[in-house]
Amino acid sequence: MAGLLDRERTVAGPDFNRWLFPPAALAIHLSIGMAYGLSVFWKPLTQVLGITQSIAGDWTLTQVNLTFALGIFFLGSSAAVFGRWLERVGPRKAGVVAAFCWGGGFLIAAVGVRLHIIQLLWLGLGVIGGCGLGLGYISPVSTLIKWFPDRRGLATGMAIMGFGGGAMIGAPLADLLMKHFASATSVGVWETFAVMGLLYFVAMLAGAFGYRVPASGWKPAGWTPPTTQKAAQTSRHVHVDRAWRLPQFWLLWGVLFTNVTAGIGVLSLASPMIQEIFGGRLIGVTGTLAELTTEQKAAIASIAAGFTGLLSLASLIGRIGWSSLSDKLGRKPTYMIFFSLGAVLYATVPFAGRTGAVPLFVTLFFVILTMYGGGFATIPAYLADMFGTAFVGAIHGRLLTAWSAAGLVGPAIVSYLRDWQLARGLAAGEAYNTTMYILAGLLVVGFLCNLLVRPVADRHFMTDDDLRREAAAGAGGTTAQASPIEVTR
Amino acid sequence: MKPNLPDSQSARGTSPVVLIAAWLGVGIPMLWGVLMTVKKAALLFK
Repeated sequence: MAGLLDRERTVAGPDFNRWLFPPAALAIHLSIGMAYGLSVFWKPLTQVLGITQSIAGDWTLTQVNLTFALGIFFLGSSAAVFGRWLERVGPRKAGVVAAFCWGGGFLIAAVGVRLHIIQLLWLGLGVIGGCGLGLGYISPVSTLIKWFPDRRGLATGMAIMGFGGGAMIGAPLADLLMKHFASATSVGVWETFAVMGLLYFVAMLAGAFGYRVPASGWKPAGWTPPTTQKAAQTSRHVHVDRAWRLPQFWLLWGVLFTNVTAGIGVLSLASPMIQEIFGGRLIGVTGTLAELTTEQKAAIASIAAGFTGLLSLASLIGRIGWSSLSDKLGRKPTYMIFFSLGAVLYATVPFAGRTGAVPLFVTLFFVILTMYGGGFATIPAYLADMFGTAFVGAIHGRLLTAWSAAGLVGPAIVSYLRDWQLARGLAAGEAYNTTMYILAGLLVVGFLCNLLVRPVADRHFMTDDDLRREAAAGAGGTTAQASPIEVTR
Repeated sequence: MKPNLPDSQSARGTSPVVLIAAWLGVGIPMLWGVLMTVKKAALLFK
């Protein structure tokens, strides 16, 4: 079995079509993307004992919500810790381990719900599942960049788009399954966890076994690596242990952190935000949210759920759209657009709220969220351009700690500022205005970080001898550029 | 016992059927998810 998972076993032959790799990567990313859809379980999980309502002894929303925070924390941590290991053992072994962690995490959580032990839910979906998220997320990235050196942005966008789309499949599927399994004695969650865990395990295994790495020195037919000193895309490599000590790494960390903090903050409060800003106007009646009837509030809650769904779709479109566009525009100019346009759009949101222009409000956030998704999908290509491809998986893994940090900071900033504004006596509909200006300011910081990024100095790149030593030690995933193999696909 | 051949030696290249099946395998669930989301989001514009 071990042989099947070894990097040597996954080296593709000359007839392998590189377009077979993205669906394998998508199978993994679509599975782990359910992390963003886990909120569909939160309310039923607070009624496991009471079934129709929460009773004494049932878990609180804060307790079950901690599962997501743990998951995102362990996503970033495991990607940082195991990135180097992934480069050594290859993507297939990492993909299989991710399948065991994510699928197994669901099964452990199912047992936790069945026995009503919250620690098992945290351990399953938070800790073990979180490690599956991190390993699964980074497992195809460096290989995709090696298969598509001519279209790095498109390649990483295709996989990371899956992470954005996972919740779109998983959340409605979970809803259907919970309705199917719900009974007088069960809310249907543990059964749904068990079924989904098995489904994800199989899908991720299929993806992992579809992984192939290109032979050493392989390049697409007709493509020549950029060779000039000024080229934005380096053909040399910086070792991961050196890369993370360079200012370029930390500036890019700041770029990802600011972009994600702003986007994730908005996403976390999208539903209450649109309801509180527009109130009755969403259904064509006058009055604030507090003045509406229960039926009217229910209608508005459905519309807000649609808004949240639309933002997820925007993030998905941005992942593939912006990252592909970055192949033409360049990575740095693409992030310049994210930060400059993003800051203007955030600053325009209060105007849309004041004037009651729902279509403008929705359009502003749609574009903002495309750039949030685009930021995730373009960063691996930016790293590869800056530090080379040999250790890009490991470097990307370490950079993802920015995501973990943003996952904690973004929602906290937005909800804290909202509560602070409400405490000052502002109307609920105006409580988000200052937040939007602060998020716009955060994007200006991101703009400056991106502006300061300069090409890596020559002395930091590995020599051919360094590369040979690393290849002999089995690290780096690629050997010195020797005897390129030309193929036609 | 099966020899421990690398995939590069054991594979005969990529058949178009495999390629199409692989893309449909991920494309169909994704399309379903997008349609479900669009259906929900349509309420915003009613």
